[in-house]
Amino acid sequence: MSAQVRQRDRVAKAVLYAILTVGLVVVVGPFVWMALSSLKPEGEIRSVPPTWLPEHWTLDNFRDLFSRLDFPLFFFNSAFVAVAVTLGNLLFCSLVGYALAKLRYPGKKVLFLAVLGMLMVPGMVTFVPQFVLVSNMGLTNSYAGLILPFLVGPFGVFLMRQFLQSIPDDLIEAARVDGAGEFRIFFRVVLPLCRPALATLGILTFLASWNNFLWPLVVASTEDKYTLPVALALYSIGQNRTDFGLLLAGAVVVVVPVLIVFLLLQRHFMRGIATTGLK
Amino acid sequence: MTSAPAATAPAGSVGTTPDRPTGSIRRRQRLRRALTGWAFSAPYTVLFLVFMAVPVVVSLVMSFTDLRSTDLRNPFAVNFVGLDNYTRLFSDDLFLRSSVNTLVFVVIGVPLTIVLALAAATALNSGLLRFRALFRVGFYLPVVTSIVAVAVVWRFLLDPEVGLVNNLLRVVGIDGPAWLFDTKLALPSLILMAAWRNFGFLMVIFLAGLQAIPGDLYEAATLDGATRWQQFRNVTLPLLRPTLLFGGVVTGIGYLQFFEEPFVMTQGGPLSSTLSVSYHIYNQFGFGNYGYAAAASYVLFVAIVALSVIQFRFLGDRK
Repeated sequence: MSAQVRQRDRVAKAVLYAILTVGLVVVVGPFVWMALSSLKPEGEIRSVPPTWLPEHWTLDNFRDLFSRLDFPLFFFNSAFVAVAVTLGNLLFCSLVGYALAKLRYPGKKVLFLAVLGMLMVPGMVTFVPQFVLVSNMGLTNSYAGLILPFLVGPFGVFLMRQFLQSIPDDLIEAARVDGAGEFRIFFRVVLPLCRPALATLGILTFLASWNNFLWPLVVASTEDKYTLPVALALYSIGQNRTDFGLLLAGAVVVVVPVLIVFLLLQRHFMRGIATTGLK
Repeated sequence: MTSAPAATAPAGSVGTTPDRPTGSIRRRQRLRRALTGWAFSAPYTVLFLVFMAVPVVVSLVMSFTDLRSTDLRNPFAVNFVGLDNYTRLFSDDLFLRSSVNTLVFVVIGVPLTIVLALAAATALNSGLLRFRALFRVGFYLPVVTSIVAVAVVWRFLLDPEVGLVNNLLRVVGIDGPAWLFDTKLALPSLILMAAWRNFGFLMVIFLAGLQAIPGDLYEAATLDGATRWQQFRNVTLPLLRPTLLFGGVVTGIGYLQFFEEPFVMTQGGPLSSTLSVSYHIYNQFGFGNYGYAAAASYVLFVAIVALSVIQFRFLGDRK
């Protein structure tokens, strides 16, 4: 390679790095600004020219959030609903995924097609009748009402079925020959092998539930059932709409736990997307 | 090859040996299998039917009625009104306005997101790059965060008086616009924010797609004297087409339903310039017009199916 070509390559690489770095600042910058501003007093957030690091560090915004407002409860509601929804999806989707992948029984094809078709249906199409249903069951403004419609979903079945198909039949057959019952085979032999798929499904389901907005907005009618996004959205358009510090602290409470989990488990995220996205 | 059928023949004939199960045993086996299969499927199926499949059908039925929130306790007050809701929709100025806004959001937002994602994926795939993992994780960061929280942050960043964006513009001597308070700029601002939040997702998918392209194709192209751009046009893009199609469809389905962004940032304003179809449905639901909201949601459903079909036509296999 001639010196000239090498020189040109080096310049090209430097330009590439520069562009990517600018991109990174634009993407990550708002989160850094959010976190730093939540630690500033109200006046400083609005100061011109802006400060980056707080001149006066303060936890007042968080103190307000956790004492004047009911954010500990909203946090609990979000976590409780997300855990319940995740456990439900893990159990029900792996059960039916196993049946679809490994068992032969009448009606199986129809069931799978119905689930696949559901992947196409937007939440907007079902939420009105879902609300009518839940309110006829007397479950509006209850945890059951927040959880039940999300306890199963089409995506999880699709993911688990794809994964379970890769488990060798011989293994299941051998357990059957040993006289193990069907559910014993499933819980003792099959499920332990599904750990990677379960991790992916668990993370994606938890995240979707944590960030879910429309349904809890519609179902939770009093503050004690608000989830974090609902509380944050309603405060941000309500009487606190100009409380920058308070709302940014609220955004921190919604976003930071998720970011920490993401940074710890990013491998599972990326794999989940690559395996479900490309099939 | 000739020995293969011979070798499998005995194994295959096991089931037809004289002592094969009699009819009643076989029937019992089939029943057993059916019971096992449905024992595994039943819990999911019940929840799926009650909370997803039936509501899809009920939604369609509802859209032909004048169901209102006040009728929930008194089902006999509900009347079938045929296509009334649908004809009303298409003479409802707000619905038409929200449809145009949603269409603009999709038609500009989807290609913008795809181009950003493809650029980032290509850059990160261009070999020998240090800090690759850092960039990848960084660009993906907004994808996992709540749209509501992100929208709150951006509403402040774009504040005309004290927002960071206009503050930075002021430093270089530019008087920034009113962003979310400007009827011409509010929707583009939301589109930019959506692209900012979502391109990382497509980037990861495109990266996986790029890595599946065999390296010797590029070697062959280089030997033929193809420039980088020509390689991109003639090798990368055609081979990436199924992945691009997937990305376009998924992003399009998401953007057609955009709701949180205007809810938090503009409440659909100024002057309905950011009212989306989903937001309109939510408002109608809030007014208690359930039948009308169901009809609007079915129109949105049809649009989603249509968009997917169109993209398959354009980007799918052209063999």
